[in-house]
Amino acid sequence: MPGLGASFGRGGATTAQQDLQNADCVLIQGSSMAEAHPVGFRWVVAAKERGATIIHVDPRFSRTSALADIWAPIRAGGDIALLGGLIRWILEGERYFREYVVHYTNASCLLAEDYVDAEDNGGFFSGWDPEEGQYDTTTWRYELDDTGHPRRDPSLTHPRTVFQALRRHFARYTPDVVAQVAGIPEPLFLRIAEALAGASGPDKTAAICYAVGWTQHSKGVQIIRAAAILQLLLGNIGRPGGGIMALRGHASIQGSTDIPTLYNILPGYIDMPRHGHGEATLDGFVNREKHPEGWLHNEGKYVVSLLKAFYGRHATRDNDFGYGFMPRITGDHSHFAFFTDMRDGGVEGLLCIGQNPAVGGQNARLERMALSKLRWLVVRDLVEIESANFWKEGPEIERGELRPEDVRTEVFLMPVAGHAEKEGAFTNTQRLLQWREKAVDPPGDARSDAWFVHQLAKRLIARAHQEQNPRDAALRALDWWYPEDAHGDPDMEAVLAEINGWHTDPASHPDGVVHGVDRDGAPHHGGQVAGFTELAADGSTASGCWIYSGVFGPDGKNRAKGRDAKGPLGHGWGYAWPADRRILYNRASARPDGAPWSERKKLVWWDDAQGAWVGDDVPDFPKDKRPDYEPAPGATGVDAHPGDAPFLMHDDGLGHLFATSKVKDGPFPTHFEPIESLVRNALYPVDVNPAVDRVLRPDNRYAAHGDPRFPYVLTTYRLTEHHTGGGMSRFLSHLAELQPELFVELSPELAAALGVDNGGVVAVVTARGAVETRALVSRRMRPIRLGDGALVHQVALPFHWGSAGPVRGDVANDLIAISKEPNVKIHESKALLCDVVPGPMPRGAAFAPWFSRWSAATSEETP
Amino acid sequence: MIGDGKDSTNQRENTFVADGTTVGFLTDVTLCIGCKACEVACKEWNGVPDDGYVFTGQSYDNTGALSGSTWRHVQFHELDAPAGREGGGAAPPDDLGWLFYSDVCKHCERAGCLEACPTGAIVRTETGGVFVQDDVCNGCGYCVVGCPFGVIGRRDADLPGGGGAYKCTFCYDRQKGGGGPACAKACPTESIRFGPLDLLRAEADRRVDTLHARGVTGATLYDPRDTSVGGVHALSILVGDPERYGLPRAPEVPSTRLLRSWLSAGLTTAAMLAITALAFALAAR
Repeated sequence: MPGLGASFGRGGATTAQQDLQNADCVLIQGSSMAEAHPVGFRWVVAAKERGATIIHVDPRFSRTSALADIWAPIRAGGDIALLGGLIRWILEGERYFREYVVHYTNASCLLAEDYVDAEDNGGFFSGWDPEEGQYDTTTWRYELDDTGHPRRDPSLTHPRTVFQALRRHFARYTPDVVAQVAGIPEPLFLRIAEALAGASGPDKTAAICYAVGWTQHSKGVQIIRAAAILQLLLGNIGRPGGGIMALRGHASIQGSTDIPTLYNILPGYIDMPRHGHGEATLDGFVNREKHPEGWLHNEGKYVVSLLKAFYGRHATRDNDFGYGFMPRITGDHSHFAFFTDMRDGGVEGLLCIGQNPAVGGQNARLERMALSKLRWLVVRDLVEIESANFWKEGPEIERGELRPEDVRTEVFLMPVAGHAEKEGAFTNTQRLLQWREKAVDPPGDARSDAWFVHQLAKRLIARAHQEQNPRDAALRALDWWYPEDAHGDPDMEAVLAEINGWHTDPASHPDGVVHGVDRDGAPHHGGQVAGFTELAADGSTASGCWIYSGVFGPDGKNRAKGRDAKGPLGHGWGYAWPADRRILYNRASARPDGAPWSERKKLVWWDDAQGAWVGDDVPDFPKDKRPDYEPAPGATGVDAHPGDAPFLMHDDGLGHLFATSKVKDGPFPTHFEPIESLVRNALYPVDVNPAVDRVLRPDNRYAAHGDPRFPYVLTTYRLTEHHTGGGMSRFLSHLAELQPELFVELSPELAAALGVDNGGVVAVVTARGAVETRALVSRRMRPIRLGDGALVHQVALPFHWGSAGPVRGDVANDLIAISKEPNVKIHESKALLCDVVPGPMPRGAAFAPWFSRWSAATSEETP
Repeated sequence: MIGDGKDSTNQRENTFVADGTTVGFLTDVTLCIGCKACEVACKEWNGVPDDGYVFTGQSYDNTGALSGSTWRHVQFHELDAPAGREGGGAAPPDDLGWLFYSDVCKHCERAGCLEACPTGAIVRTETGGVFVQDDVCNGCGYCVVGCPFGVIGRRDADLPGGGGAYKCTFCYDRQKGGGGPACAKACPTESIRFGPLDLLRAEADRRVDTLHARGVTGATLYDPRDTSVGGVHALSILVGDPERYGLPRAPEVPSTRLLRSWLSAGLTTAAMLAITALAFALAAR
């Protein structure tokens, strides 16, 4: 999550859901938390019961809005205009938390003279490369003093301070602009602003919750950055009842970025080595970015410990600890890149585990066609999902576009164990590892995913040894030691022990050994490390994911299993990375001098008698570093930070109003229209985020601005009753009966204009595809009146249905385009253009001629 | 209450059955988020079958009503003002509200279904619940018309267990094991609460006062004690009139009309006999 990472240092929610109950105001935007996270929403309800103001900003009046005090209907894609408007209002009205801003953020840092803001350059920041379509970010930097530190002006008055640059950047985001762009009229905007600012300060805090309603935009990271700036200005980070709660979409999606299923990072948010770029050697890789100051100074220790976990005794100082075995990135290998490549015949086989791209994929029609180009496909799921039956029952079969006998893909459907039939750890939305015990054995041939990976690895490694092919050296070097049970399942606690990390030498560290014997009965490793501070760069330690280190220490206690919650933040229940901190950057909950900002909002403070930081959370700060500590010249790592620098992952120890690194499309957020939009950008001559990749191709078209065939805004969402692609819900009768059919939500105004009755059948059409759906007409959807009087109709569509299971329906994600936001390569599903056509949609062979009305390119189509 | 978590009466082990404590539900419409976890937990635990995949178009409610195959039903009410503030002159966009109400068997103090049952299939449990023994039920359906709330129903013949009468068991089996009902256990906001009835009644009165103080003037406790039902064991905190939720303001147990019915029947018979006798007497003259 680069939006949070670039602002605060770590790519995870800064707080815990339990802590939302301590908020005086909760702003939920880009999320329908009550619907998608109903269990966590209890803490929002608890906050409301304690008197907090709940604000929900959403195009749709949802179950979240129903419990909120303020609902603000917004034009989809107008988020940065609203957040920018709030930033401007707070700056101009002097409502920011000045002492916090001066000490804990980079507001007082001076920017280099060659930095040029988008306000002064037609929507482009300095460094834009029109050829490459991307930014050279080198000018997004501070002006340094003689010691190499940013020059600062605590008065915040120097015109080149970040503070003044921020002020100029958002000066045009007036309430009028908010009304024009976001469609939120001034009185409502002022209510939100007052509620948020009035609930912030030394004795109050406000929290912000978001989910994929922010990330799935062509500028998603920048929306999150805008929220981060807002929270830093209001002094709401690192404090109880504050923070930014990034609500992740599945049980362990946080876990799957911590220990990633992504192509470009390694466990613990270490970059994947790239081909070229001076990263041929371990030394070159570790020093690819210089971090003499701040926590990342330690990165080499984590890299070497990771390599030791991968390659064991095959990782030695002489061979760069096996760094040469690592694959290298040669290009974009993200989900969309390999699916478009697959569509074009460039991929032979696919393991599809825990995913249903035929329904949940974007431009799902393209993804299904891509699956039909494979030679082989392994689908591991609970039931025969659409990704396994697309070749016989998919929409393309029904429409005669594919014939089963022509699809060469050999599909291997393998039954899997459900969550109660296997053990292991989930890492939830608040970075919390929770161990899940196995209740029963899976039925029949069903096996856990860990079993599959383990057994596959064993076979591949055995074959690599047999064939002795040089290209398989990395496979032969793998330290695949995991003990297994009678079913051949790897011991998941042994895996967690490796993730935590240990001393590699059993002889020199005989104590605190956990799961120390390998599959063959030989001693495998020494005692566990107690945490990541014990990890070393000399090969004496191994750790599968440094940020998780501490979860399973030398006392042999699997802390993810903890079920004895104590205290308001739930310590004792599970284990939150890093180091069981529930609220990150909590040094900021105290004044620069170490005393709490207020009695009401105390969390962690300096105790002079003990000479330590104490309080209700694990201090996110060196425990005995005095608040008045000043670094000696030449100090490195966190020792180079003074005692009042709470954001210790950052080189400067500060919260970043201005993002000096990690963001590819601008150091400040800037409003751009969605790729498909009914209106021009009211603020800049550039309509759409210039760094976004539209992946333009005949099967991935867009509606051009002004194309009359697509007069309405479409946004997609999830229902409480179903789970994403539906594989875990649609096939269960008790869930399927609650929401049995695809529907589109329309306002009564639009329904009347179209002549559609509630419950009637309509088709929703975009430039990519079309679906037939029932109309759910409700005042919960309403046309948005922009500042200039223009009326925007928005419709909303849940996306859970497909061509398998007891309740079936068209695939809403057929409507979505594949586009790549520059930072995380995510698509834009929350703001699209569509048409709504009353009546049923032609099926079978009649579909294509009917659909050609919308799929044909127009002369004004602007790639 | 929110935040008690595993220490709440919804979650912790209890001895209510052993102690003979009268228990109840308190369903608070102001805390419900409409997630339907109660509906699903009820069906899962009790093995209640699905009863058809029907899109109703009635807001997010595709369940429709309580029946022999639905023992918890979350109603969705779309309103023209925030709940409890109707008529308060709210300015747009606050001219909307959405209320969710999880309806359930009321486990009446005096239960119409129990009184109507000719086979003795419907009994009162140690904790005050009204329980249908499905192995005794003969499917006559008298209970269905005997319920003033329309809760109990005969399950459709084509469903598992079809033909018999079913309704909420108060999870009597879970209660006997020291647990609480599945719906209450699953409720994420504790808008459904399970516990000793007298404590819940006191809690409900406090809650209504709190809501009034907050400006939710339409909040009321639904517990029709001054009717022949004599109060319910499934209390509800409602916003607005009970009729909104399909709850009768003055529910009556049908058997209260027995005396009147028999009296009028007797009087009618007596009058007919008298008239006949009179006719003979007149004819004889």
